[in-house]
Amino acid sequence: MSPILIIEQVLNGLQFGVMLFLMAAGLTLIFGVMGLINLAHGSLYMVGAFAAAGVAAATGSFLMALVAAMAAAALAGALVELAVIRRLYDKDHLDQVLATFALILIFSEGTRWLFGSFPLFLDIPDALAGPVTLPGGIQYPLYRLVLIGAGLAVAALLGLLIGRTRLGIRIRAGENDREMIAALGVDISKLYTLVFALGAALAGLAGALVGAIQSVQVGMGEPVLILAFVVIVIGGIGSIRGALVGALLVGLTDTLGGIFLPELFKLVMAPAAATSAGASLASMSIYILMGAVLIWRPTGLFGARA
Amino acid sequence: MTRERLFNALLLAGLVLVPLAAQAADEPFTITLATRAVILALAAVGLNIALGLGGLVSLGHAAFFGIGGYAMGILASHAQSYAPLAEWPILIEGTKSMPVIWLVAILASGLAALVIGALSLRTSGVYFIMITLAFGQMFFFFTISWAAYGGEDGLSIYVRNGFPGLNTLAPLPFYGLCLVLLCAALWLFDRLAKSPFGLALGAARQVPARVAAVGLDPTRLRLVAFVISGAITGLAGALFADLNRFVSPAMLSWQMSGEIMVLVILGGVGRLFGPVAGAVVYVTLEHLLGGITEFWHIFLGLILLGIVLFARGGIVGLVAGRGGGHD
Amino acid sequence: MTEPILATRGITKAFGALTASDDISIDLRPGEIHAVIGPNGAGKSTLIAQICGGLAPDAGQVIFGGQDVTGLATPARARMGLARTFQISALAMEDTVLQNVLLGALGASGRVWRFLRPALKDRALRERAEAALARVGLADHARTRTAELSHGQRRQLEVAVALTLRPRAFVMDEPMAGLGAEGSKQLTGVLDGLRAEAPILLVEHDMDAVFALADRISVLVYGRVIETGSVETIRNSPAVREAYLGDPA
Repeated sequence: MSPILIIEQVLNGLQFGVMLFLMAAGLTLIFGVMGLINLAHGSLYMVGAFAAAGVAAATGSFLMALVAAMAAAALAGALVELAVIRRLYDKDHLDQVLATFALILIFSEGTRWLFGSFPLFLDIPDALAGPVTLPGGIQYPLYRLVLIGAGLAVAALLGLLIGRTRLGIRIRAGENDREMIAALGVDISKLYTLVFALGAALAGLAGALVGAIQSVQVGMGEPVLILAFVVIVIGGIGSIRGALVGALLVGLTDTLGGIFLPELFKLVMAPAAATSAGASLASMSIYILMGAVLIWRPTGLFGARA
Repeated sequence: MTRERLFNALLLAGLVLVPLAAQAADEPFTITLATRAVILALAAVGLNIALGLGGLVSLGHAAFFGIGGYAMGILASHAQSYAPLAEWPILIEGTKSMPVIWLVAILASGLAALVIGALSLRTSGVYFIMITLAFGQMFFFFTISWAAYGGEDGLSIYVRNGFPGLNTLAPLPFYGLCLVLLCAALWLFDRLAKSPFGLALGAARQVPARVAAVGLDPTRLRLVAFVISGAITGLAGALFADLNRFVSPAMLSWQMSGEIMVLVILGGVGRLFGPVAGAVVYVTLEHLLGGITEFWHIFLGLILLGIVLFARGGIVGLVAGRGGGHD
Repeated sequence: MTEPILATRGITKAFGALTASDDISIDLRPGEIHAVIGPNGAGKSTLIAQICGGLAPDAGQVIFGGQDVTGLATPARARMGLARTFQISALAMEDTVLQNVLLGALGASGRVWRFLRPALKDRALRERAEAALARVGLADHARTRTAELSHGQRRQLEVAVALTLRPRAFVMDEPMAGLGAEGSKQLTGVLDGLRAEAPILLVEHDMDAVFALADRISVLVYGRVIETGSVETIRNSPAVREAYLGDPA
């Protein structure tokens, strides 16, 4: 196995990881501030991807498509928050699971009804298409590099937003003491809608960015959602930093596991058996990682200790 | 007789009479629908033990459902190809015998529930939900990559498995078997709920600190409930695969977990016949609405939202009033 | 001096900069009620949590029945005969009063791993549970849903659940909390009768009850025991006066 392949796979893992981060950050923020588990977060990812595909087809502009993705997801998020989600904050997790599961059904079937069951395609903009040559002579797709950069930039911005701005102070206060900040005159329901829309916009952005390298279709959001849950379990609920570390860990484990485990198995097994056993184990690797973290630290790497 | 008991009796009578009437009217499809409802109800009774009695919001029960399904698929496919599962250290042959398949399904899914439960129960609340969902997904991806048993395409068997003394190929006897198993599970649920174990489990759901303070370990109680729960759902999975003569990773998908949970909540969490009412209504809706529009899940979603926001206690709660179950 | 049933030996617990338990050594001897009093924030709840197993001390030991139980979890300590009550009633509100005491009886009897026979039909368990209810005067409410009990009745039920363990020692966390004068008086009577059965470590704010019941009193201030002694000793202690009233002696 060549070092070039390894570097490529590490980059792939990073790219996957930062996209997971965009999903996990919104989820963990929403959970941290509102105490809500939102299964419909994957639907917002899908909404972003569809909006991007639609706008890109109409205008030909990838940038417009990204803006549209974030706007559509934020709008959908805000509407859903106003109509349904805000009735769930006081309810138990079971109700939240059920109601947001219902939202998935409505979003998924509604999208299927509007756009049909066939996948749409979102093209990588010409300026970002094609490979670049990295130091060491590695050819790597430019677009994926841009994804890594964009994801890390969003992570940094989010860190600044939470850490340095007035909104961020309110968000952090909301995590700690709901009644207190309401008593201080902050309009808590507006804050909640805003946080939900922010999380939705991140999911929509991720959907659009990933939509350009995969197909855009109904049901694309939920597998990512579940991986984002794994990320949160590993990182610790409510922690943006935990989400970033968890996302990169999951991204790298998944990508590298798929490459290295079959190779590793070939050392002790016949090649065909090794490939199949390695693939099976690789498909389970991130969950095994999650299990290990759970045994070691049940509240996640950066979670508050219970 | 309370209203809930009357409702339960009527529901049970319907489950006995409707397929008999369908048989008389020569409408085997209705029997197949009823079989589907009864099997899904059995899966949901399993979940109701964890969710209703133990308060464990498991979004990973499709894993147990699927493991039961694959137990059937693997044993039956080996039997039909006459290739033993293993020759060493002991010879293990496939089988087409339902009782053996059921036993294997129960043991395998119970074992999986033991492992998943032991890890997931280190946490609680929203962590538990996410972790069970994730472990469910792990089994899903494992079956997809498991090329020896069909991978993504799943496994078909040619002929339904057999039960001593019954013609399981005919719809009605197979339905009868499923109904008997459902009744057995309901009996077990009722017994468990009233037993010392059920009392302690219910208390562990409400006040875990108290349970520990009287010398009981809440986590251990929950783990036992989770294992029983997973084993029953696994048995349902074996029947479901036998009904379709097919098992595929779809049985382990997160949607399946969501569906099983929906059945419980549609009917009424913690209610003895909640899962049965939920499954009957679900299959009926699926059949009626599915005939009108292929987008019937939109309506299911709206109904669910309505239940969560306005009608806690599900169908049984609506019929019988509050009390008996719990929120 | 008789051997104490329950004792802490220099237990210390800090949360960051706050030392909630500072080298606490207290003991509980057969037949006595030992009250622990102290202003809010003195570390009483932290002390109870360490005695009962909810928190592990940073240093020191908890000795129960002559055994070091510091490393044991709450259920194990309860099975050894350490029964506690909660400051905020921890009762299964959906269940009946009888079911709540049955739960205690179950824990003590080890008969929880029974899956098919109704708990209500286990005569031995039931007798044990009903006896405990009768002791606190709730026999007539066995079939009442716990959520429907008055606050005072819930406090009595708290004690009844602890009684079902037939413990070797009680640890009671503000059993009088929220009770009026009448309720407090009644519960004082119940506790008074219990000390013959098993000694009580009583954390309490209600000073009338403490002075009526306690054989000894320990005063906890800022995580430290500043005085231990009889009611008279405590009444006349300058250190206690200073801690409570702020007047230097």
